[in-house]
Amino acid sequence: MFAATALDHRNRRTQRAFKALFGLMTLMLITPVIIILTVLVVKGGPALSMEFLFSAPSNGMTAGGIFPALVGTVWLVAVALLASVPVGVASAIYLAEYAPDNWFTRLINLAIINLAGVPSIVHALFGVGAFVLFAGFGESILAASLTLAVMTLPVVIVATRESLQAVPKAFREACWNMGATRWQTIWKVVLPNSISGILTGVILEVSRTSGETAPIMFTGAALFLPFLPQGVLDQTMALSLHLFVLSTQVPNVPEHLEYGVALVLIGMVLAMNALSIGFRVYLRGRKKW
Amino acid sequence: MTNIDRTVDLDRRGRDWYIDKAVSWLVFVGGASAIVLILGIFAFVTKEGLGFILGPMNFVEFFTNPAWRPTSRPPTYGILALMAGTASVTGLAMLISVPFSLGAAIYIGEFATGKVRETLKVLVELLAAIPSVVWGFIGLSIMNPLIIRVFNVPLGLGILNSGIILGLMAAPIMTTIAEDALKAVPDSYREAAEAMGASRWQVILKVVLPAAKHGLMAAVLLGVGRGFGETMAVLMSSGHSINLPTSPFDSVRALTATIAAELGEAPGGSDHFRALFTIGILLFLVTFAINLTADIVVRGKGKR
Repeated sequence: MFAATALDHRNRRTQRAFKALFGLMTLMLITPVIIILTVLVVKGGPALSMEFLFSAPSNGMTAGGIFPALVGTVWLVAVALLASVPVGVASAIYLAEYAPDNWFTRLINLAIINLAGVPSIVHALFGVGAFVLFAGFGESILAASLTLAVMTLPVVIVATRESLQAVPKAFREACWNMGATRWQTIWKVVLPNSISGILTGVILEVSRTSGETAPIMFTGAALFLPFLPQGVLDQTMALSLHLFVLSTQVPNVPEHLEYGVALVLIGMVLAMNALSIGFRVYLRGRKKW
Repeated sequence: MTNIDRTVDLDRRGRDWYIDKAVSWLVFVGGASAIVLILGIFAFVTKEGLGFILGPMNFVEFFTNPAWRPTSRPPTYGILALMAGTASVTGLAMLISVPFSLGAAIYIGEFATGKVRETLKVLVELLAAIPSVVWGFIGLSIMNPLIIRVFNVPLGLGILNSGIILGLMAAPIMTTIAEDALKAVPDSYREAAEAMGASRWQVILKVVLPAAKHGLMAAVLLGVGRGFGETMAVLMSSGHSINLPTSPFDSVRALTATIAAELGEAPGGSDHFRALFTIGILLFLVTFAINLTADIVVRGKGKR
């Protein structure tokens, strides 16, 4: 009675065919990238050395290292984090703990989606208009970092909101029943239970921020500077812009130098991302509820 | 009576009460910041662009003239060729990435299991993290010679190069969102269909895909938005010359790339500077419309 019929066989064949087809499509998305990464490692690997990382570009940027760009990227990311993490976490706390389900909350969510969706070059225009010109910061680390902060704010908000919402409602109710105020509950119970999720979001933001180029091009990153930045009102070099400059603006840059910069940049970004993903998997493994 | 005492005690506005009130205002301000910022972006970009829109801009010429010559005398500000550049590159990117992303999403969401599935998800996520300037560099130094050799053309920078690069960039985002949409379909739907004797593929085709239709549409829309707004990768891989393209090997220039290439040279407050901000307004409005549509599409499903 349950013997396979011809129809069953046909169905199973169709299913196998489609499984193979979609598996192939997945592979074809991933393979080019693996090839590309391999090429970057093979061609950029020989350029990597302590000297490459810790010396300044020389000879009209056709020789030397990337130290000022590396330091500049650290500055830009650090200042951007200082601005965006407090605002992002506050915003996420409001959305996860306070916001009623009404039109205003919908509007906030729509604004967040749009902040993430607006082209990076429009963020750059905003940075020029608001921070460089209107606020009078000039082309500086401050202006560039604030532009980056605005652009990557959704990353922090979304990650934090998710990890706050993952804390069971019963935790809060237990705390309220003890007479704690809303904020005491958030501060003593909700935040400690979601801090690692928030950290994952912050690491993700570091990765996003350090790779961005368009928003910093006109707000504070310079093509070449012979000195390191001394404060937030200085201009700076940046790794991402340095790659753009080497590959489009400077003639006769040796190939290994370009590939070296690309490799360092992508290595930094992917390492951060892998760290964030690994952290998330680890947390999922040891969740207490 | 102890009961009454306690009620009074709860009503007393002590330090904790004030802290609680202050914090609730503080996080409200944080919550509203996204709205303030998006309005701020529109206001500041419009403020600079308005001088051009109300001044030398000729609407018909702006949208129908293929000549973008802001530094000639007299200058012409026509973005037809730039729009054609953006459209052709984004179009090709979608042609490549929509089928592959949806296919990958179905495979990851419905067929793959356990370790394979987790690994694929992580790989897709890492793919999405590659910075656009690195993609641009790949277009310039890996794809360019490859296209020259394979197709025997003089220049490998153009629609084909940019389209492939943008396709690869947009694919992980579309895959992730599409897979989320598939995951949002309740398992009870699948079980009900399987109980009726449907094969896995029949379940996907007749039950899961129709149920996830809106989410999948949103995924495609957000992918289009990503391609449309991409700047550095397009700037570096498209060849950046003003053209009304006739073949996939033609070099084109995108709206976003034009701003990135020229903003540094345009003196602040000049017509050229303001014209670039006007393009910025256009980019903002189009991406806003795309995101709004995606939001409405997803919500339309929720109401049913």
